[in-house]
Amino acid sequence: MENLVNIFVKSIFVDNMIFAYFLGMCSYLAVSKTVKTSTGLGLAVIFVLGITVPFNYMIHNYLLKEGALTWLSPAFSDVDLSFLSFILFIAVIASMVQLVEMVIEKFSPTLYSNLGIFLPLIAVNCSILGGSLFMQERAYNTLAEATAFGLGSGVGWFLAIIGIAAIREKIRYSNVPAPLRGLGITFIITGLMGIAFMGFMGIEL
Amino acid sequence: MSQDKEPLFSAKNMRLLKEPLDDSNPITVQVLGICSALAITVKLEPSLVMALSVIFVMAVSNVVVSLLRAKIPPRIRIIVQLTVIASLVILVDEFLAAFAYEVSQQLSVFVGLIITNCIIMGRLEAFALGNKPWPAFLDGVGNAAGYGVILVIVGFVRELFGSGTIWGYQVIPETFYSVGYENNGLFILPPMALITVGIIIWVQRYRNRKLIEERQI
Repeated sequence: MENLVNIFVKSIFVDNMIFAYFLGMCSYLAVSKTVKTSTGLGLAVIFVLGITVPFNYMIHNYLLKEGALTWLSPAFSDVDLSFLSFILFIAVIASMVQLVEMVIEKFSPTLYSNLGIFLPLIAVNCSILGGSLFMQERAYNTLAEATAFGLGSGVGWFLAIIGIAAIREKIRYSNVPAPLRGLGITFIITGLMGIAFMGFMGIEL
Repeated sequence: MSQDKEPLFSAKNMRLLKEPLDDSNPITVQVLGICSALAITVKLEPSLVMALSVIFVMAVSNVVVSLLRAKIPPRIRIIVQLTVIASLVILVDEFLAAFAYEVSQQLSVFVGLIITNCIIMGRLEAFALGNKPWPAFLDGVGNAAGYGVILVIVGFVRELFGSGTIWGYQVIPETFYSVGYENNGLFILPPMALITVGIIIWVQRYRNRKLIEERQI
């Protein structure tokens, strides 16, 4: 249990998707103009990451990993399908995003129209595929650990986009040098936020 | 379209190649493909390898999708596009693992993340789906090169200040260190990549005034 909490907290603060790995930057920069839309997108990312990472964990461990097919027949014990992981992972992600899109459209049409084009774009949000690839690379031991990692990364992304959206709402009233306006200053602020988040480095629970 | 009789390197085609280098640069203007661009720019070598991989994937996927553009049903086009991109990325990944193992270790998951690089999806959607293979090829190469240029600049600056080397060779002389110069460790850490790109954007927009964003209140 402590292990799970540790993975969860670590993936929020220390291994934050935005500030430590720059994943999901494109939608982070494009959608973060207001807090309201950022919240919607952030929640959708938490949801998709929380589902696809454990799902891909199972695919990786029971289908793709070297020797993963032993449960079918001992003859398959040296089959290594891991080169297929990109295609399978992205297929899971694309179908999950499609599902989220349909659910949101059915139950909350307002949120659906607010998010617009950015909802399907979650499919190419690199933090989602990145979550699955990190899961594969770091070789988590149990499904629970992979789920904690997926949810934690989602929450970290959510936190980052809410933070920058709040700052950008305020900075609209400041006197930023003209060539730096908009994108430039957002980059620099994100960099400074990243430096602040590095203060969490080395935390062990 | 009346592109049939056009010479291969007509002015219009050359514009496809040149514009993304400055006026519509994928990173600093279109805000695409930033995700994987920043994390691998600690050193010059992985930056260049990444830039070349993206140029290859983008050029080939643009041509393939452009050839298939009449056959792809619009409803499932995203999945078709992702499959084309993913197959090419697998090729690059296996190639790097076989011939440049150390670099592929440094790039780790970021080669795989070329699949979700929004420049590629974005250009496929915006250009390759509606144009002939040759312009699509030029557009792919141009945009990937615009991305690569930023990558190489950031990689150069970060390696120079962060490690005092360029391409692994020591360029800051020993005498500097003996009088008290030290490598700036901050440049090796992720946040400095963002700040470097922010400054590149600042310089670019200072020189190219038409890119300055409207103040919105």
